[in-house]
Amino acid sequence: MTNSRLDKLAADLQQALGDQLADVSQALGELTIRVRPDDLLGVAQTLQSHPDLSFETLIDLCGVDFSEYTTDTYAGRGREGRRFAVVYHLLSVTHNYRLRMRVFVEDNELPMVDSVVNIWPSVNWFEREAFDLYGIVFSGHPDLRRILTDYGFIGNPFRKDFPLSGHVEMSYDPDQKRVVYQPVTIEPREITPYVIREEQYGRDEG
Amino acid sequence: MAEIRNYTMNFGPQHPAAHGVLRLVMELDGEVIRRADPHIGLLHRATEKLAENKTYVQSVPYMDRLDYVSMMVNEHAYVMAIEKLLQVDVPLRAQYIRVMFDEITRILNHLLWLGCHALDVGAMTVFLYTFRDREDLMDCYEAVSGARMHAAYYRPGGVYRDLPDSMPHYQPSSIHNEKSTRQRNENRQGSLLDFIEDFTNRFPKYVDEYETLLTDNRIWKQRLVDIGVVSPERAKALGFTGPMLRGSGVEWDLRKKQPYEVYDRVEFDIPVGVNGDCYDRYLVRMEEMRQANRIIKQCVDWLRNNPGSVITDNHKIAPPSRLSMKQNMEEMIHHFKLFTEGMHVPRGEAYVGVEHPKGEFGIYIISDGANKPYRLKIRAPGFAHLAALDEMTRGHMIADLVAVIGTQDIVFGEIDR
Repeated sequence: MTNSRLDKLAADLQQALGDQLADVSQALGELTIRVRPDDLLGVAQTLQSHPDLSFETLIDLCGVDFSEYTTDTYAGRGREGRRFAVVYHLLSVTHNYRLRMRVFVEDNELPMVDSVVNIWPSVNWFEREAFDLYGIVFSGHPDLRRILTDYGFIGNPFRKDFPLSGHVEMSYDPDQKRVVYQPVTIEPREITPYVIREEQYGRDEG
Repeated sequence: MAEIRNYTMNFGPQHPAAHGVLRLVMELDGEVIRRADPHIGLLHRATEKLAENKTYVQSVPYMDRLDYVSMMVNEHAYVMAIEKLLQVDVPLRAQYIRVMFDEITRILNHLLWLGCHALDVGAMTVFLYTFRDREDLMDCYEAVSGARMHAAYYRPGGVYRDLPDSMPHYQPSSIHNEKSTRQRNENRQGSLLDFIEDFTNRFPKYVDEYETLLTDNRIWKQRLVDIGVVSPERAKALGFTGPMLRGSGVEWDLRKKQPYEVYDRVEFDIPVGVNGDCYDRYLVRMEEMRQANRIIKQCVDWLRNNPGSVITDNHKIAPPSRLSMKQNMEEMIHHFKLFTEGMHVPRGEAYVGVEHPKGEFGIYIISDGANKPYRLKIRAPGFAHLAALDEMTRGHMIADLVAVIGTQDIVFGEIDR
């Protein structure tokens, strides 16, 4: 989106939501708002039904685990020690707008946030996915089950403290004539080390 | 009075009409579906988690394996997200090549969808025809990347290499003698662009053939008309995108509304349905194939007359040429750094959606400035579509369920990720 359209959207959002917006930021042609978890349902309702906004489609919902996020940028602004965030990507087909909405979830041990399934029905499976992979509980969701992992899976695989190789491996046991689980036997290894460089690395002509 | 109870039935994951590994738990009243609960995740490979542990370029091949019938478009969203974070300019020729291969991929995808959809509904012939034509497009993939399916051809900053000047030829074998081999090689004498142009000239006639078989076919219409109707408002609320949304009459196409690459420089139309049933979605996709053919033609014309580089010359992002690497110390260092440590992407976050043959395919990257993404989220169009399967099939017969699965164009690689 062009900057003038983004500015107009930002002004419309300010008008419609007022102090329910905890933060508005603009980068790379995308507008991001941050919302406090308590205001989430009210904001979502306004975004969906306000005639100047009419974000009738929820494109995506994703959970993020910020526990190993070391740098300080707008992606983590306003985090204040909270571990999990839920990021909503909204689309307005009517006005051709896109918007990103971020909610930092209170309570790192039992993260819980309101479900918006009554406002955007498409969020149903996305919330189940975030619950499955990150353990974020969406209160008010009608059918919060695991979705992508195996039946009877233990843990939340996309959390940063969950190893890439997992905890259990399965194989067929010919004696018991069934599939059995056992602790993983492979060593997790990192081929390329994780390196963070200075801010402007690679951006200028080298 | 006897007690009547609904019974529960399993459909899949080993059912030929389940398009892979779909497991459905259905509650049936006779043959009428009261509730359909898809159980997904049987193909879950944690692509997003794997990508967090790989450098940016190492994850490109994973993108092919998401939606494994439209490989290059997946890569496209991924490399565009990286390019957005890097704020790097892609050469114009590379943009045209990408658009051309996106549309080739769209035809590839729609041909597979058409064949399988018809096969599910009971028409075998179409399947054989579409696979004949897919073969030519697979050859284009192979000529340009060396792989028939999992190309890994798009790279951050451009494409891996320029289009080849010659096409590989068939060799005579015990099945094909000299004469028939010569015939099969007839359209392979020139460059890849000649081969593609020859295909675009033949293709509209092929689409006519499929339409002859299906569009007015009585059985086809009986199976598709008024099945799985979705209203425009509901389609938007359910997160539909692509042909599923356009079939319901909403004029929405990212290529037109939020143009990326050179889609604003080529001419094409967006087909839109009226009733929002399976038959309209079928018509929309058929017309999309014709439009894709039109775009390919324009790209071929442009690419013929405009040679140039196909990848950015910023060697912190794209590797230098072999020759300059061996002659220049600085290029040597760039090469070494790129292939050991990988590129570093500036801090921030970016979401990029592209018009995938199935809908909006989006990549959301959060970067903390490292050589690996901090978080990568893949927004698969099929995920939202399959979530609406329950609503679309309620009250329909089991046989209609198969038609609805077909019309949603489900591929499990992208849904399970």
